[in-house]
This record gives sequence, structure tokens and C-alpha cells, in this order.
Amino acid sequence: MTELAKKRPEFRNINAFSDLPSYRLPAAGWVSILHRVSGVLMFVLMPFIIWLFDTSLSSEISFARFRAAFDSGLWFVPGVLVKLVTLALIWAFLHHFIAGVRHLWMDVSHAAVSKSFGMRSAQVTLVVSLLLTVILGAKLFGLY
Amino acid sequence: MSVNYGSRRIVVGAHYGLRDWLSQRVTAGLMGVFTLVVLAQVIFSRGPVGYDKWAGIFASQWMKVLTFAVIVALLWHVWVGMRDVFMDYVKPVGARLLLQIFTIVWLTGCAGWAVQVLWRL
Repeated sequence: MTELAKKRPEFRNINAFSDLPSYRLPAAGWVSILHRVSGVLMFVLMPFIIWLFDTSLSSEISFARFRAAFDSGLWFVPGVLVKLVTLALIWAFLHHFIAGVRHLWMDVSHAAVSKSFGMRSAQVTLVVSLLLTVILGAKLFGLY
Repeated sequence: MSVNYGSRRIVVGAHYGLRDWLSQRVTAGLMGVFTLVVLAQVIFSRGPVGYDKWAGIFASQWMKVLTFAVIVALLWHVWVGMRDVFMDYVKPVGARLLLQIFTIVWLTGCAGWAVQVLWRL
């Protein structure tokens, strides 16, 4: 019989609604969980992403259909909802990308894994991804 | 502290070591470079980007080859990532297996579609 791994503490019966909101995550914790959330979001919406790739690329006619989806909607989904889903995808990509670069940076640099740099880079990741989302979202919704 | 390396290492789970970790980072790097390459071509094109310019970006053979490599990298990257998520949050073996099967079908289907779009251009 092999030696058993050291027993880790187990937390059971955690109620997502009454227990989790009282947990205060540090910035790096938010980056980490949102990295997962954004990844899963892009995984789930992958057919929509490829549909965008397909219609925007295949022909002039499909390109017109691609553009129209954001105004007059797609199938039973109204145009504004298509825009909102696209906005969510824009955020997901930006966050995943920037958090990923932070990850790679921390893999190759010893200086990047200090406590203070971890916090600063996490804050920068959250702010920059949201800021770029707002800028691109304003363009998407035709504000400029 | 008990010894947990070499021949006495306690093996639970799967894919210990470097392979998944490294493949996820290499594929991420490739997709990152691809993002910058596409972005640069959009930004540095003259005039508004209509169908011709957009399709023109993906029309050259080197861009098709690069995009194909990125589609495969994406498939691989997402598989490693989703598997990590399932291993962390889904404990019942049956449910985990079902989700993994679904992920394989979903990803290969999506990759096939993307490749088809790319190569009929």
C-alpha cells in the first residue's frame, strides 16, 4: 500500500449564495477566477465566434449578412442582444489575453512573482481589460 | 514529511509534469502572435475595412497556414483548459466523462467548421 498524501482540509456544504459573497478576493484572485470564467464563456460561444468568422469571410453577400446581424438581429435574437453578446466576448478575449500575458510573464521572470508586483499587475489587468472593453463597446454601439 | 517523488511518488489524477503546462503556454503564445498579426494588418490597412480588405488578410497562403496552426492550437489549448476546470469542479466520474466527451465533440466540430471556412476562401 502506498503512503497516503497529507490530508488536506475539506470544506463542505458551502452555500454559494450565503457564504461566497462574504469572501473577499484580492485582485489576483479576481484575475484568476475571471480568467476561467472568460475562458469558459468563449468555449461556450465558440460556434457564434466561428459563425462570425464564416459570414464575414465567405462572400460579399455573407459579409452583408454579418453586418446586418448587429442591426436587425440574427434568427430570433434581436440586434441589440447580438451586440451585447459580442461585447461580452470582447471583454472575455481581452481579459483572457492580458491575464494570459501576465501568466507568461510570471513564468519567465522571478521579479514578477513578488507579492507587490502580483497585486499591481492584477489591478492593471482588470483595469486595462475593462477600459478597452468600454472603448471598443462604445464603437460597437455606434457612440463614435 | 513523507517522500513524494521518484518511484515513491503518489500518483493520483493524470498528466503530471510538463506536457499540458507547456503545451498550454506554447499554444497561447502562438495565438497571441496571431492576434497581433491580424490586428496589425487591420490597423495598417488604408481606408475603411470592408469585405475585400478583410477577406484579403486571410487570402494569402502564409496567412492560411498560420491560421490553420492557430485553429489547432486553439483546439489543444481549450481542451487543456476545460479539462482543468472539470477536474477542479466536477467530482462525479460519470458527469466528468460526459462533459469531457461533449468538449471533444464541441471542439473538433468547431475546428472542422473553421478549417472549412478557411480553405474555401
